Amino acid sequence: MLDFTQQVISGVALGCVYGLIALGFVLIYKATEVVNFAQGEIMMLGAFMSVTFITTLGLNYWLSFLLCVIAMAILGAIMERLVLRPILGYPQFSIVMATIGLGLVIRALVGIIWGTDDLRIETPFTDGVFTVGKLVIAWDALSIIVATILLCAALYAFFRYTRVGIAMQATSQNMLAAYYMGIPVKRMFSLIWSLSAMVACAAGILLAPITLIHANLGFLGIKAFPAAVLGGFGSIPGAVAGGITIGIVESLSGFYLPEGFKDVAAYVVLLAVLLWKPQGLFGLNAIKKV
Amino acid sequence: MTFFDVKNLTVKFGGLTAVDNVSFGINEGEVFTIIGPNGAGKTTLFNLISRLYTPSAGQIIFRGEDVTRLSAQQIAGRGIARTFQNIELFESASTLQNLLVGRHRHSTTRAWQDILRTRKVRDEEVAHRRAAEEVMDVLRLQRYRDTTIGALPYGVRKVIEVARALCVGPTLLLLDEPSSGLNVEETNAMAEWILEINRRLRITVLMVEHDMSLVSRVSNRVLALNYGKMMALGTAAEVQGHPDVIAAYLGA
Repeated sequence: MLDFTQQVISGVALGCVYGLIALGFVLIYKATEVVNFAQGEIMMLGAFMSVTFITTLGLNYWLSFLLCVIAMAILGAIMERLVLRPILGYPQFSIVMATIGLGLVIRALVGIIWGTDDLRIETPFTDGVFTVGKLVIAWDALSIIVATILLCAALYAFFRYTRVGIAMQATSQNMLAAYYMGIPVKRMFSLIWSLSAMVACAAGILLAPITLIHANLGFLGIKAFPAAVLGGFGSIPGAVAGGITIGIVESLSGFYLPEGFKDVAAYVVLLAVLLWKPQGLFGLNAIKKV
Repeated sequence: MTFFDVKNLTVKFGGLTAVDNVSFGINEGEVFTIIGPNGAGKTTLFNLISRLYTPSAGQIIFRGEDVTRLSAQQIAGRGIARTFQNIELFESASTLQNLLVGRHRHSTTRAWQDILRTRKVRDEEVAHRRAAEEVMDVLRLQRYRDTTIGALPYGVRKVIEVARALCVGPTLLLLDEPSSGLNVEETNAMAEWILEINRRLRITVLMVEHDMSLVSRVSNRVLALNYGKMMALGTAAEVQGHPDVIAAYLGA
């Protein structure tokens, strides 16, 4: 039982990271109907930037965290402006290819700037543990869970109470109508990219202590994709719930099942859930009238 | 200075000239209607005016300002609002929420103020809420206030879209086929709303419409288009009696 709880907790921590990346997918998809396949690479870029701030420049962890998130917000908007905006309105296929290309470019640039060695950062959570009875929870795992809860609360407040957040929701529900309410729709698209890059960056920095930082970190995006689909691909709580589900399943199957099952477990669960609920766990009935 | 002026407006899609050298002026306080057979270029002209399309040539002047190159979202800031033939509401939001989004351009609070709910945010919210309630009173939408749009019948949604456009606080209201999809009673009610908006709220109306009974009931002047060209301009009776218009509609 102790083993089980232990696995579930580390699964939840990993799942939170999946959830945060999935959140980035969902934000962009809801607003612009584009699936951004570079989301995993953006997260990786965030993690690498934290290396520069923390290890190279020797800055404080919290300050570095803040600087990384701000830098990624700007980069996110630049990516939208340079890569996405020019091909807005082109077939979905071209746009998807562009985001895959963007991901490859980021991977290559990261290799050029930071090299291909595994890197690590010192965080206030490194090596610390928290014990409840016989249960041992690493601080870095706990930090991910707490940060995810705080981030979700902040996003909720942003979308629920701020004028910009509501304008973004309006844009994602009906672009044409948003235009004629005087909402600067194109600026909203840039902001959405900023926001999802910020979330991905936070995920990358939180993840850094439990995995090493390397160029293949971006492949985690492929794991976050089923998380987003599982949650219904249009639902923000769904993305986080989907991520956590996949994290737990992965962690448990890694512990109880033979070698190799861990990597496919997420997809097995995804297929099973889609058979039962084709719209995903939190999906709406997306029937479009023609 | 005329209130609203369209000068030599032309738009070409490839080899097709959808709107061909169209010029007209609208006086303040008028209901001006564009009619024409299917494919005459009415909606294209409408989309040019509301800046969804960019003209190949010509100018659009609103209250002395050239708005030909403004973006669609800037149009709202100038006091022009529009509705759509096929209704573009925020379907998973309530009527009140839709109307409040219409108040967007009147809201000046910043994100940090919204989060902290400062005094300014609370005061503005009260003002927006009051404006939305007033519009709902005028168009008798109070009983649908908290209903999600997706659960309402088409005819009601059509009125809600007009209400949302009014929340933008326009001096010029563009209505794209306000009666399409409505039954006879709903069309009659729509005619009453248009007159009410025009006379009581003193908003100038430019509309595209098919239903001639509605057109002659509310319009001060009518412009008939065919193949993108101007065919006739005058009162509803004059335009309906114009030999070219009769020929275009009967296909002679």
